[in-house]
Order: sequence, then structure tokens, then C-alpha cells
Amino acid sequence: MTSIDVSPEPFRLSMLIYDTRFRSLTIQTVAVLLFMLAAAWLVNNTVQNLNALGKDFDFGFLSSRAGYDINQALIPYTNDSTHGRAALVGILNTLLVALLGCTFATIIGVLAGVLRLSTNWVVAKLAAAYVEGFRNVPVLLWIFTIMAVITESAPAPSAFRGDTATASMLFSDSVAITNRGLYMPWPVWGPGWHLVVATFVLSLIAIILFGRYAKKRQEETGEILPTLWIKLGLFFIPTLLIDFVMGSPITLAYPVLERFNFVGGGFVDKALIALVVALSLYTGAFIAENVRAGILAISKGQTEAANALGLRPNRTMSLVVLPQAMRIIIPPLISQYLNLTKNSSLAIAVGYMDVRATLGGITMNQTGRELECMLLLMGFYLVVSLAISSLMNWYNSSVSLKER
Amino acid sequence: MVDTTFVRTQMIEPEQAPGASVGAVRWARENLFSNWLNSVLTLLSLFAVYWLIAHIGPWFRHAVWNAGSLQECRSIIQATWGEGATGACFAVIRERWKQYLFGFYPADLYWRPTLTFFLMLAALAPLLFSGLPRRTMWFSVAFPGVAYWLLWGGSIFVPLGIYAGFVIAYVVHGAISARRPGPLASVAAVVALLIWWLYLVGPVAGVLSGTGIGTLTPVQSNQFGGFTLSLVIGVTGIAFSLPLGVLLALGRRSDMFFVKTICVGFIEFIRGVPLITLLLVASFLLNIFLPPGTNFDIILRVIIMVTLFSAAYMAETIRGGLAALPRGQYEAADALGLDYWKSMRLIIMPQALKISIPGIVNNFIGLFKDTTLVAIIALLDPLGLTTAIRADSNWNGIIWELYGFVALIFFLFCYSMSQYSQYLERKLQTGH
Repeated sequence: MTSIDVSPEPFRLSMLIYDTRFRSLTIQTVAVLLFMLAAAWLVNNTVQNLNALGKDFDFGFLSSRAGYDINQALIPYTNDSTHGRAALVGILNTLLVALLGCTFATIIGVLAGVLRLSTNWVVAKLAAAYVEGFRNVPVLLWIFTIMAVITESAPAPSAFRGDTATASMLFSDSVAITNRGLYMPWPVWGPGWHLVVATFVLSLIAIILFGRYAKKRQEETGEILPTLWIKLGLFFIPTLLIDFVMGSPITLAYPVLERFNFVGGGFVDKALIALVVALSLYTGAFIAENVRAGILAISKGQTEAANALGLRPNRTMSLVVLPQAMRIIIPPLISQYLNLTKNSSLAIAVGYMDVRATLGGITMNQTGRELECMLLLMGFYLVVSLAISSLMNWYNSSVSLKER
Repeated sequence: MVDTTFVRTQMIEPEQAPGASVGAVRWARENLFSNWLNSVLTLLSLFAVYWLIAHIGPWFRHAVWNAGSLQECRSIIQATWGEGATGACFAVIRERWKQYLFGFYPADLYWRPTLTFFLMLAALAPLLFSGLPRRTMWFSVAFPGVAYWLLWGGSIFVPLGIYAGFVIAYVVHGAISARRPGPLASVAAVVALLIWWLYLVGPVAGVLSGTGIGTLTPVQSNQFGGFTLSLVIGVTGIAFSLPLGVLLALGRRSDMFFVKTICVGFIEFIRGVPLITLLLVASFLLNIFLPPGTNFDIILRVIIMVTLFSAAYMAETIRGGLAALPRGQYEAADALGLDYWKSMRLIIMPQALKISIPGIVNNFIGLFKDTTLVAIIALLDPLGLTTAIRADSNWNGIIWELYGFVALIFFLFCYSMSQYSQYLERKLQTGH
């Protein structure tokens, strides 16, 4: 038996390119070198330019006085507050728009998606017109348009005055829609409100726990408890009881028309309304398409199998079709939430003070610290995006098909 | 005995179906009024449609096309249709439509963007419809240079010189790979291309344009506006983001750790921030990152940012297509002995791109819509122009006509793109 000589051939320089074992190393080294060169070049340019402009790289401006007003702040803010606090107000405003927008967009989108699948011809065509109309026109245009609708068609506060008022408040004089915004009742927290709210939260937890118990019991014994009535009872009775015992600490303050404007109650600025309405209608159109695609993707065999098992149509929907459709709908839905959050940076178009308008707008222009402000701004959006994407990944792994 | 048996000797004609179960009535019963919920929905929707038409119809019917200001419009409408009548004042569009199309482009040079637009249609045709001869593709390749020359003016030798770089790279590649086949030729070609573009194009084009042949009146970027600007940004972004996106997607799926990390970092960074922050960087910060004294065109900066932004999204769409291909396709390509680029070009990409067509076209539509964001950094795209026109004292107070017009044009572009993508999906359908 002769052994074949397999001793490696001596290393030659050309093997770095021609030998597939080394080529990937070569390419990676070149890529990293190029990347580091480019980064060094950019940093070097930045340092030189900043020196030439006489600027330094310093975040100290965040603790100096801001000196500008913000028309809507969720936390106490005056123009004596710092730039850092102004940025925080902006961040909260952005998150508020994102939260409201995602909620309404989901409701609108699910509704429109289901209606577009309706067998009713008129309804399906109307839903299709809504979806195509909103999807194919820029969101910035919708924001401008809806702002104009509110400004032009809603009545001024003075229209509510006098015997010949041309406008009237809704819901027995509690809500006023004006061209400045929405005036509505707002809760006043009297002494002892903590107890009422705590009771309410506890009863919500009790409802969830009871639901789990009922489901477990049904799976073990087959006995179905009257969950709806018990849950409704848990929802209302303890909270109302405590509220009565404490002497109704939570009351509503209603807006009242004074000399120039409504006073009291809660006020929602028209910029926020326009932004939320435009973003939720626009994103809702995309969500509608995701919902429609998700439902259509469930093969007809699933529905027929459920029917063959003797399930009623609504149980077929809730037990067979929807759980499978959700797996398809949720990932694009969450990336739509992400898009909505990023699109909320267009708030400046209607003068709503989100983080882009405070930190990336007025603060940046006042202090001249473009680099620092843009870094913080991008960092904020990146954190939000990464948080939402990790949520999506977690959901995906929890609902994905468990295959062998 | 009477014979009572009766045997029919011929069949009777079938009875007409009852009136309620044929034709329009049947269709309405089945589709519109099949149960009470459906009936309520139908009536509600019909009412909504009626309400819309009743409110918007007169506004269109009273439209005025010939007037010099909003006040004139209103007085004409009141004179014709009675006191208190309202109507559309399309006169503003009649007066300003050229501005909407061309922005502040010099009026005597309007033929240049117009010609570019029709040339663009001609260049797109061979890419969009496979029926045309392949040779027309050469015009599509030449179009970007022609378009640049026509829109910005100046000497034709600048775009020609840039194209010459590709010829030089091709010649270098051919010469080296004839003697030594392998990746070395590609590296040399890229080096030659870079040397030509960075150091030689400028002087050569400068000398040649001194002859004065093929020189058009130069137009500054700040004179661009309206739909010309949207199309320039949108079409350039679309053209460059697709190849860049393909490269990024391949990089993200690569086995090479560093290449993959760089690509993932880039894609996730771009996807994590809103486009408007990138545009702000383009408008405020880009000069800080570049060598001192560099100051280049704002439209070019915006195009670069929009392209990078769109390329990241494109990469994710194409990555989805790559992931959806069965593993057997990759293995089959390896088994045929194809190298990486050949297997990608001939086996993987055609299939992966086909799968991702709907996503790619959605990205295109998104990019085209996103060009309106440049209004926020004070470029005069259609929305920026609308704000400017609304501030004009003649047209102060006009809203719906302008927004409606801009929305209609965007709708036409985007809707036809999505219709085309559905056509392409049907055409490339190879299943049964």
C-alpha cells in the first residue's frame, strides 16, 4: 500500500486571492481596512471642521436654560426649564402620538381589512377606495390636508356663544370641537382617589386570573363557567362600591366658555389631533392590507376542516382562522407601528412639538450644536426602533410553529 | 273501461325563475342584502357616498377656471350661482401649473425637462416590457448621462467622461483576465475606474469642454422645483437603491463575519431613524463630515440620503426573497460548479428578485412619496410650492384645489406603479 502524499503545498502570496480557503480572509481584511479608513477620514474631517468653526463637542448645553415655550407638555415645563427637559417633553410628546396613532391605526386597519373582504359589494369597494386613496398619497400631504380640514371647517370658540350660537357642544354640553382643538371633561383627583384606582387595577388582575382559572377548569373537567357575567361583575362592582364608600373622590371638570375661550377641563391641541388622525388613517390603510393578506393566506381547507368538526362559524373564526392569521399579520403590523413612530417626526409640519421639533429644531438652532443634537435625536429613534424590533422578535419566536 | 293513463309525450319547458332570483335583483339580494347586518352596512355606505357627492358635487360644478385671484373667483361664483355659493377655484392651477411642473426652471428652457421626461419613458420601456428588442436597452444605459446633461446643462463631456470610465474598466479587465483569469482582473478594473474618476475625468473634460461643443446653458439646482424635483430625486433614488440594496442583502447573508457586521449595522441604523433626520443631516451636518471647504449641491446631498435610506429597506425586502428560496437552489448552483457571482447572477437573484417584486415596488412607491419630505428642509417640491402659493396675496386662503391637485398627481404615479407590479407578478408567475 502506498500512501498518497497530502502534505500541504507551500504558501504563496497569490493564494490569498486564488485559494478559496484564504480568499474570504483577504476580502474581510480589505473590507475592515476600508471601513476603518473611511471612519477615520470622517472623524478627522469632523474634528478639523469643528476646530475651524471654533466649536467643541460638549453636551453641557442640555442643562442650560431653554427659553422657549412648548404648547403642549405632559410634564411641568416653562421657558425657564433646561434644554434637557425640553427634549424630554418632546420625547414624551412623540411617544404620545405614537401610542395614540398605533391604537387608532389598528382599529381602523382591522376594520377596513375585514370590510374589504366583505361579500357586500358596496362596502368592499368603499374599503378598497379608502385603502388605495391613502396608500398612494404622501403622508405629509395628508397631515397638511387634515390640519386644513380642522382649521377651516371646525367652528371658532366664539361660535358657541350667545342665543344665536352657530355651533353647539356635544354629549350634553361636555365636549367642544373648535378650530383650536378639542375641549373635553377631565377627571379631578380628590382625596382618596388612590384607593379607587387601586381597586380598579386589582379587579382587572382578578378578571385575568379568573379567565385563566375558567379555561383550565374547562380543559380538565369540560365544565363551562359563565365567564362573561362574572367578569362584568368583577369589572364594575368592586370599583363602584369603593367609589361610593369613599364618597366619589374622582369627579369630572367640564370646559366652560369664558370671555375668549373655553376654560377648565382637558384640552387637546388641534396639531395633535391632526397628526394622530392623519397618521392613523395613513397607517391604517397599510394595516388593512396586512390584515386582508393574513386572512386570505389561511387555506380554505382549515375552514372546511373546522366546519367538518362541527364548529359554528364564529368559533371557526376565533379558534381556527384567527390564531393562524395572527401569526402572519403581527410581524408586518409591528413594522407598521415602527413606521408610524418614525413618521411622527413630521409633526413639525403642523407645529406639534415632538422631539424632532424641540431637540432637533429649536434647541439645535438656538445653541448651534447640530452634531450633538442630531446624535441624541438619532439615538432616541434608534432605541425606540430596537425596542419595537426586539418585541417583534420575541413575539415571533413565541408564536412560530414548533417544528421538530 | 275508460283508459285513464296519461303519458306525457313531450317535456314541458322549464319555468322561468322567480323574478327575485335572477339578474340585478338576485345580485343585489346576494351581495347587498343577504342578512340584516349586510343591509344596514349597504344603506350606511350608500348614504355616505350620497352625502359626499351632495357636499362635493356642487363645489366641482361651480368650478372657475379663469380668474386672477381668489377674490375674483369668489365673486364670479357668487354672480353665477347666487349669494353664498361656494365652488372650486381651479384658476390657480391654470395659472401655476407650469410652476408645479418645473419649479423655477428658466421658462425658455422648459423643453429640457420635458424632453428628459419623455426620454425617461423611452428608457424605461425596455426595462418594463419584455416585448421590445434587447438592443434598445443601450438607450436605458445611456439615459442617466443624457438626463444629467439636459437637466443641469453644462458640457456633455462631463457625463461622457464618467461613462468612459466604464469602458476603461472593461478594457483593463479584458486585458488582464486574458493573461491571468481570476479576481485579480476585477480588482485592477476597479482601481483603474477609481483613478480615472477621481483624478483624470475633471482635467480631460475641462480641456474638451473648452472647445464649446455640446454645451447647454447651465441651470442651478436651486432653480429646480415642483414635480421635476420629485421625479429627479425619486427616479435617481430608485435607480441606485436597487443595486445597492442587492449588494447589502448579499452582504447581510454572507458567511464573512466582518462584511456581514458592517452590512447589518448599516441597514439597522438606517431603518431605525426617520428619513427626516437623515435629510436634516444632509442639510446641516454633511459639510462637517467632509473635507474642509467642500460644499456640494443640496439636491445631490438629498439624493444620496434618499438612496441610502431606500437601499436599506430594499436590502431587507431582497433578503426576504433570498431566504424564501429553497436551499436546494443554492446547492444546485454549487453542484454545477458556478462561482459565487455566477450562481447569484444566473440562479439565485432571478428567482429571489421575482419573489420580492411586490416588496420592491412598494419600496419604490414609498420612496417616491417620501420625496415630499424635502419640503421640510425648504426645497420647493410640490408641497413646498403649495405653501409658497398659499402665502401669495392673490391666492391667500386657497387650500383644497392645491392639495387635491398634488394628491391626484401623486396618486396617478403611485397607483400605476402598484398596478404595474401586479401585472409583473402575473407575468412572472411560473406556478400553475
